[in-house]
Amino acid sequence: MRDFSYHRAGSADEARRAATLPAAMLLAGGTTLLDLAKCGVTEPEQVIDISHLKGLDDIRVDAEGAYIGALARMSHVADDAGIRGQFPAVSEALWQAASQQIRNMATIGGNLMQRTRCAYFRDPATFPACNKRAPGSGCSAIGGVNRNHAILGTSGACIATYPGDLAVALTALDAMVHLGERSVAIDDFFLLPGGTPEKEHAIEPGEMITAITIPASPAARRSTYLKVRDRQSYEFAAASAAVGIELETDGRTIRDLRVALGGVATKPWRARAVEDALKGKALEPEAVRRASLLAVEGAANHGGNHYKIELAPRIVARAILNAGGAA
Amino acid sequence: MTDRTTVHLEINGRAEALDIEPRVTLLDALREHLGLTGTKKGCAHGQCGACTVHVDGERVLACLTLAAQAEGRAVTTIEGLAGPNGELHPVQAAFLEYDAFQCGYCTPGQIMSAVACIREGHAGSDEEIREYMSGNLCRCGAYPHIVAAVRQAAEELTAQKQAAE
Repeated sequence: MRDFSYHRAGSADEARRAATLPAAMLLAGGTTLLDLAKCGVTEPEQVIDISHLKGLDDIRVDAEGAYIGALARMSHVADDAGIRGQFPAVSEALWQAASQQIRNMATIGGNLMQRTRCAYFRDPATFPACNKRAPGSGCSAIGGVNRNHAILGTSGACIATYPGDLAVALTALDAMVHLGERSVAIDDFFLLPGGTPEKEHAIEPGEMITAITIPASPAARRSTYLKVRDRQSYEFAAASAAVGIELETDGRTIRDLRVALGGVATKPWRARAVEDALKGKALEPEAVRRASLLAVEGAANHGGNHYKIELAPRIVARAILNAGGAA
Repeated sequence: MTDRTTVHLEINGRAEALDIEPRVTLLDALREHLGLTGTKKGCAHGQCGACTVHVDGERVLACLTLAAQAEGRAVTTIEGLAGPNGELHPVQAAFLEYDAFQCGYCTPGQIMSAVACIREGHAGSDEEIREYMSGNLCRCGAYPHIVAAVRQAAEELTAQKQAAE
């Protein structure tokens, strides 16, 4: 890891200003930044530590929804009684992410800012070509070993899978990302790779995530996160689904449905086609399975990752049926 | 030119002052600068858990924490776990009783993780122990004995706590 200067910010405003300097980076939990710095992927000259700042780690849940400060730790949010009660998919996505040690360190703001990264991206010594690291240098994953790469939202420049879990649940539940003076809908906060895979977030120099909010809803209260992976725990998703559902008083007609996918796309992937196909319909296993196939409309097979095209709709269907109580 | 910085740490209740480069991790500060080699370096990328220590009572990875970030916080390592007269912590005793290791390299991290896991209330069943201990890898594959040791220690510590109340 290359050396850098270290500065502990005295306030959020000071941190934001300091981070506009070239090669300066904010440090919160550090779990991704230090890992990528050790890999030689990220080489900050100045590290601005914000982990000690006060008043940015509140977790509040009321009738309107949830407010989660940017410096709240993943483990604390996962175990929060209000989050577990009103937004179960958020708690479930968190405790199934990373390990408890990492969840004790990593913050909610840092979680949203984690890089979309693949094994080639993390290994610049062996694989110099990576459009995300060095724009225009090429992509080693296209035509390479790409079992874990994305089938949705890919471009000719990058097929890395968005690795997070939390943001998938937040995308299903229409969360907002607050950047101090402005706020961005979570689905707009994450960018498709297109021709500029190095830019992953709709955030500008001088901006910093201060909080996220999640609106309360019956679908959020009845939500779940289903994650399947190669090993049972401490592993990225092979495919995952966050689902929120509201049934009519008859207990079987779907009034509201939210579906987002993880582990298969270049960003947290909202599957509105599945939602639209099932709203107003009965929660019936065969209809749910058929509609879930719409989740992978337009999916691209890159060779190693073809299994995800079959896996993802099954995970979506299972999550919808679990959330609706019809499994 | 290399910046150096003075970092004040509290390790196992002892105040320490180190003159180090800002990039020095808490793990390297413990092992290379303070001679506390009980905390192990496995992968150095947060994938194995061998470097697990407690910061303000919560388990974290020393390999992904800068020493400077730990300033003003209380750090506990495996060396600080036993009692003042050397009596083993119940989790240490359970690891011995259940032979919860083979080569022993991951053991300090496993024990620090298990102590916190029990304190968090995440050691209620074998399934929960496996899930919440998943950040600690054991290349020897001693997992069944590790789970048994954590379960035994959790039961003992819960009984102790209830007796004290």
